[in-house]
Amino acid sequence: MISPAFDAIVPMLSVTLAALACMAWEAFRDPGERGPVGGLGIVGLIGAAVSAAVLWNGNTASFGVISGDNFGLFVTLVLVAVGILTIMFSSQVIDRDGIPAGEYYTLILFSLTGMIMMATANDLLVIFIALEVLSLAVYVLTGIRREDPRATEAAFKYFLLGAFSSAFFLYGIAFTFGLTGSTRLDRIGSYLAAQSLSDNPLILVALGLLLVGFAFKISAVPFHMWTPDAYEGAPAIVTGFMSTGVKAAAFAAFARVFLSSFEPFSADWAPIVWVIAAATMILGTVVGVAQTNLKRMLAYSSIAHGGYLLVGLVAANEVGKAAILFYLAAYAITNLAAFGVIALLGTRDRENDELRDYAGLWYSHPGLSALMTVCLLSLGGLPPTAGFIGKWYIFSAAVSAGYYGLAVIGVLTSVISVFFYLRVVVMMYMQEPGTEPPRIHVNAISMTALTVAIAAIFYLGILPTQVLNLASQSIATIF
Amino acid sequence: MPLLSISWLLPTVGALLVLLIGNADGRRTSLIRWVTLIISVAAFVVTLAIWASFDPASPEFQLVERHLWIPAFGIDYYIGVDGISLLLIVLTGFLTPVAVLSSWIGIERKVKEFCVFLLLLEAAMIGVFLSLDLFLFYVFWDAMLVPMYFLIGIWGYDQRIYAAIKFMLYTMAGSVLMLVAILGLAYLHNAATGMYSFDLLKLYTLDIAPATQFWFFLAFAVAFAIKVPLFPFHTWLPDAHVQAPTAGSVILAGVLLKMGTYGFVRFAFPLFPLAAHYFAPWIAVLAVVGIIYGALVAMVQPDMKKLVAYSSVSHLGFVVLGICAMNVNGVQGAMYQMLAHGVSTGGLFLIVGMLSDRRHTRLISEFGGLKAVVPRLTAAFMIITLASIGLPGLNGFIGEFLILLGAFRWDPRYVVGAGLGVILSAVYMLWMFQRVYYGKVTHPENSRLPDLLPHEWSSVVPLCVVALLMGVFPTVFLKPTEPAVTRIVDRLQNTQTLRVERLERAERLERIAERSERLERPERSERR
Repeated sequence: MISPAFDAIVPMLSVTLAALACMAWEAFRDPGERGPVGGLGIVGLIGAAVSAAVLWNGNTASFGVISGDNFGLFVTLVLVAVGILTIMFSSQVIDRDGIPAGEYYTLILFSLTGMIMMATANDLLVIFIALEVLSLAVYVLTGIRREDPRATEAAFKYFLLGAFSSAFFLYGIAFTFGLTGSTRLDRIGSYLAAQSLSDNPLILVALGLLLVGFAFKISAVPFHMWTPDAYEGAPAIVTGFMSTGVKAAAFAAFARVFLSSFEPFSADWAPIVWVIAAATMILGTVVGVAQTNLKRMLAYSSIAHGGYLLVGLVAANEVGKAAILFYLAAYAITNLAAFGVIALLGTRDRENDELRDYAGLWYSHPGLSALMTVCLLSLGGLPPTAGFIGKWYIFSAAVSAGYYGLAVIGVLTSVISVFFYLRVVVMMYMQEPGTEPPRIHVNAISMTALTVAIAAIFYLGILPTQVLNLASQSIATIF
Repeated sequence: MPLLSISWLLPTVGALLVLLIGNADGRRTSLIRWVTLIISVAAFVVTLAIWASFDPASPEFQLVERHLWIPAFGIDYYIGVDGISLLLIVLTGFLTPVAVLSSWIGIERKVKEFCVFLLLLEAAMIGVFLSLDLFLFYVFWDAMLVPMYFLIGIWGYDQRIYAAIKFMLYTMAGSVLMLVAILGLAYLHNAATGMYSFDLLKLYTLDIAPATQFWFFLAFAVAFAIKVPLFPFHTWLPDAHVQAPTAGSVILAGVLLKMGTYGFVRFAFPLFPLAAHYFAPWIAVLAVVGIIYGALVAMVQPDMKKLVAYSSVSHLGFVVLGICAMNVNGVQGAMYQMLAHGVSTGGLFLIVGMLSDRRHTRLISEFGGLKAVVPRLTAAFMIITLASIGLPGLNGFIGEFLILLGAFRWDPRYVVGAGLGVILSAVYMLWMFQRVYYGKVTHPENSRLPDLLPHEWSSVVPLCVVALLMGVFPTVFLKPTEPAVTRIVDRLQNTQTLRVERLERAERLERIAERSERLERPERSERR
C-alpha cells in the first residue's frame, strides 16, 4: 500500500481497475474477437474480497469520507458475491442474447464500484456521488437490449424517476448542510446530538427529503412505482443484479445515515418508517399475488423484502442492525439465484418469463426446477434455508424492540408471499407441460454459480452462526 | 450412541441416498422402492431401540443430546424424549414403512421423488417430537410442510393443487403467529435473565404475566388447533385427506394431526398454565362440538375417504377434551387415543386406498357386497373399523374410556356431548361397513376384484396386530407415559393452586388496605 490513507478505498479501486481493463479490452479488441472479459471482472472482484478481508477489524478511513469499517466491509463482501454470481450467470446469457460483452461487464463493474462506495461512504455528498455512479450504470444496463421496446421503456422510466429521487436526496443534503454546517456523517451526528434542534422544523424537512431519496432506491411504498416496470423490462440477469446489489448498497447507506447521524431524531422518523415498512410489506405481497409474469412477481416480492429490511431499521437495536446485514446477505444470494434460473431458461427470441412458461418444467429440467424451488422456499422464509434465518432474525429484532405489531404484519405477509411463490412451484411440478419446451443447455460456469448459491442458501439456513457473528461484529464499530 | 439423532438423520441421509439412484425414464423403480422400504424399516428399528433404552419410571427427558447451534441467541441443538414423545416417535417409525408399502403399486409416476419426500417427511416429523428447543422445534415444524405439500400436490387426486396449497397456507398462517410468540418468549427470558434462550425447560420456569400468557397462549393454540384440527379450524383437513395419495393420508392422519395435540400437551399448556386454565373450558367446548359435528358430517358422506377424514375430526376432539381436563386420566387417555387413532385411522385410509386403487373410485355407492369377493380384505377392514369405533379389546376403547373418565372428573357436562360422539361413531362406521361389504354385489365390475396382495398383507397385518395388542395389553403403552404425564399435570395444577393462593393473598391485602383506609378516613374527617 502506498499510504494508510488509501487503505479503505482499495476494494473499490480493485473493481474500478477491472472495469477500466474491460473497457480498454473492448476498445482495442479486433472486430469479432472474443475474450475472457468476464474473467477480468472476477479477478477484480476477488481482489476486492481479499482486500476487504485484510481490512477486516482494521477500522481504516480514507480522506475522511470513505470508511473501511466492518459494516461497510460486510456489505462490500455481499456486493462482491453478487457481482461474481452475476458475471458467472452472464457468461451464458450475454452470448445468447447478443449483448456486447465488453460494454456489459464494464457497466456491471462500474455500478459495483458505485455500490461499494455507497456502502462505505461516510459523507452525504460521497453517498450522492456513489448513488449516481451506480444508478447511471444500472439505467444503461436496464436498456441494454436496445431492440426490445419493453427494455427501452423500462430504462427510460427508471431513469426519469431515479433522477427525480436523486433531486430529493440532494435537497435533503442541502438542508442538512444548512442546519449542521457539514456533510460528514460523524460531524452531523455529533452536532445533532449536542444541539437541540428538535423545535426546528427544517430538520424534519431534511430528514423527510433524505428519507424519500432512500425510499426510492430501496423501492419502498409509496415510492415503488418504477420497480415492477424496470424489473420486468430489463434482462432477467440484470434484474437480479439490480434487485440485490442496488438494494444492498442503498440499505447500507440508509442504515448508516439514519442509525448513526440521525439517531437522535429516531423518535421522529421511526413512526414514519414503521408505516412505510408495514405498507411495503403489505403492498409487495398482496399485489404480488395478482402477477402472472414471473419477473414482475419477483419484483413485487423484492419490494416486500425491502419492507422486511425496514423492520430491522425501525427496531434499530443491536439485533436489528445485525439482522439487516444478515438479511441482505441471505436475500441477495437467494434472489440472484432465482433470477439466474429465470435468465438461464430464456432463449434469444423469448424470455420465457411468463408463469405459464414454467408449466411442467420439472419434466424437462428437473435439476433447474429443484434449484428454483429451493430459491423460492428461501424467499418465502421456510426452513432450513437462508431466508428463514433472515426473517427469524429480523422479526426477533422487532419483538425485542417491542414492535409486536410489525412482527405480526411481517409474518402474515410472508404467509401470503408463500402463496405466490408456491404458484410457481405448482406450475413447475403439478401442471403438465404445454408445448414441448426448448431443451436448455446450461453451461458449466452458470451451473457452478447456481450450485454455489444453493449451497450458500443451505449453509446460511443450517449453520448460520459464523455469518451471524460476523454481522454482529460489523455493527459494533459504527453505531 | 446418539440414538435420537440417528432416528431423524437416518431417513434424511436415506432420502439423499435415494436421490442419488439414477432412474432416467423410470428405470430401477423397484430398487428404489426396496431401498426406501429398508431405510424406513431401519428407522423403525431405531425408534424401537429408543423405546428399549428408555427408562419408563422416570419423568425426565432421556437420551438427551445437546450441542451449541447459534450461541448468540441461546439456540441449541437440544433433543430428548420423555413418556409423551416416546410413543409418538415409535408410531412415526411404524407408520412410515406402512405408507411405503401402501404406495408399492399405487404410485407409478416419479417414484424416486415420492420416496425422497416421504423419507424427508418422516425425518421432519420425528424431529418435531424430539425437539426440546423451541427454535429447533419450529424449524422441523415448518420444514415438514414442504414434503407433505409435494406429496399431496404431485401424487394426489383431481383437486390436489387446491388441497395442497390450502394445507400449506392454513398450517403456515397458524404457525407464523406461534413464531412471534416464540420470539417473545426468548425476549422475555432475555429481559428476566439477560440471556436469550429457546430452551423449553428454561422457558417452563419463566414467570410470565397473565396478560402476556393470554396472547402467547392464543398464538400457540391457534397453530396447534389448526393442525389438530379443532373445530372450526378443520376445513383444510377433508380436502387434504381426500386429495392426498394413500401414503399421504396415512401419514397425515397417523402422525401429522398428532403434532397439534402434542403441541398442546408439550408447549401451549405447560408454558402458559394460567392462560391454559382460562381457555381450557372454551377449547373443551370446541372439542365437544367437533366430536359431534365431525360425526354427523361423517355420517352423510358419500365418499369413503371423506368419511374417514371427518371421523378424524371427531376422534381428535376426544384427544383435545382429554388434554383440557388436565388430570392424569384425561391426559393419559389423550396420549393413548393419539396412538390408537394413528393406528386405526391410518389403517382405515390404507384399506380405503386399496379399494380405490382397485376401482378408481371411493364412492360408497359404487361398492356393495364385497364380503363375498374379497373376504380377507373385509376381515381386515372389520378389525380396523371396530378398533376405530372403540370396541373393548381393541385399541380405541382404552383411550376413549380414560378420556371420558378424566373429563367426568373435571366437569361431567362435557361427557354428555362426548358420549354422544361415541355412539355416533358406531353409527357412521358400521353403516359404511354395511353398505360397502354386505348385501349383494351391485356393480358387476366389483365381482372380480383381487383380494389382498402380498405387499398389502404386509402392511395390513401389522396394523391389525398392533390394534389388538394395544387393546389387550394397554399397560405396555400406558406405563411409559405415566411419569411424564403426571409431571405435567402436577405442574398445571400447582400453578392453578399457586395462582389461587396468590389471588387470595392479593384480595386479602386489598381488604386490609381498604380497612385501614376506612380506619384512616374518620380520623381525617375528625381533624378537618
